[in-house]
Amino acid sequence: MWKSFVDHLTVDWLGLTGRVNETVNFFIYDTVKILFLLVVIIFVVSYLRTHFNTEYVRAHLQGKSELYGNVLAALFGIITPFCSCSAIPLFLGFLQARIPLGVTFSYLISAPMNNEIAIAMLFTLFGWKVTAIYIGFGLFVAIVGGFVIGRFNLEKYVLIPVKPIDEKLEAGEVKMSAKARAKEAWEYTADIVKKIWLYVLVGVGVGAFIHGYVPEDFIVKYAGGDNWYGVPLAVILGIPMYSNAAGVMPLVEVLTDKGMLMGTALSFMMAITALSLPEAMILKKILHTKLIAIFFGIVGVGIICIGYLFNYILK
Amino acid sequence: MKIEILGTGCAKCVALEKVVEQAVAKVGGFHEVVKVDDIMEIMKYNVVSTPGLVIDGKVVSIGKVLSIDEVVKLIEEAKHNA
Repeated sequence: MWKSFVDHLTVDWLGLTGRVNETVNFFIYDTVKILFLLVVIIFVVSYLRTHFNTEYVRAHLQGKSELYGNVLAALFGIITPFCSCSAIPLFLGFLQARIPLGVTFSYLISAPMNNEIAIAMLFTLFGWKVTAIYIGFGLFVAIVGGFVIGRFNLEKYVLIPVKPIDEKLEAGEVKMSAKARAKEAWEYTADIVKKIWLYVLVGVGVGAFIHGYVPEDFIVKYAGGDNWYGVPLAVILGIPMYSNAAGVMPLVEVLTDKGMLMGTALSFMMAITALSLPEAMILKKILHTKLIAIFFGIVGVGIICIGYLFNYILK
Repeated sequence: MKIEILGTGCAKCVALEKVVEQAVAKVGGFHEVVKVDDIMEIMKYNVVSTPGLVIDGKVVSIGKVLSIDEVVKLIEEAKHNA
């Protein structure tokens, strides 16, 4: 319905034809669709999340065995909000509750990867199947990655001495009326949209241009859909892009249309969210560079494997 | 009354600090406002998501930038309970 309205608008009212029409049409259609769905999805996700907070997660992870803890931590990563600015108190707070380092990392990989913006963008642009694959394999990387990190006995690389607390932490429910939750979720949504709308516009704008003007086989020919280095390159490019996830994802949609393989696209998006340079800089205050490098290395390798796997399966 | 803002210097923590200052001005009276940015001090309050707000040693809010009116309400509630 929305598609036919936009067609009507650009062709009949604005009298556009050919490539110009295709570009403008794509831009209007995508921008409005993305912004609308972003608002709806982020609102729903933030509403559900008002039931949980990091303190709740910590109390629940306390005293859990390692592998079970990894799985639980990765799952909690989906339902709790995460801001890289509170990565330090989170990290130390978890260790303080004697939660193993590997379990803490499972959470630290999963939480930013399954952030509301990424989920909303994926769902809007690629549909529920790709979103489910992304979340599923994201959890897998978080669980296995955290577990492997746990095997290395890297506690000595935590630079700040943490005094453990032994008493059982209370998992206090977050008490709020439905109205208060809706209000908080709405404020949160507005806050996020204010932050990312420009990135979305620029991303869709560049995407629309590619959609209209770059020939179909361009990506396949030059960026090499099938090259062996496509996946690792995508992961490396994804690392510095965290804050721009909202702008990059519309681009990825167009690139997959133009022949970029889905596995490569998936790795790229996972690298954007899971491996963030600003987060690494923040963690450097409390963790030895070596530990951060191992963390990036393991997650990076995991994401690359997923990319290859998908390119292979979908071929 | 002693009001502490727990935060390691993130944008949200700075925002909450400003809100608290305005709220205190609105409530009136003498209140001590302290910004706690030492991570070890923050850990003592069992707060994992910053910013946290502490009134007279009691954690009243975590991980949120409150509005001025919300902080005013919290201060008045704490006064009432004291």
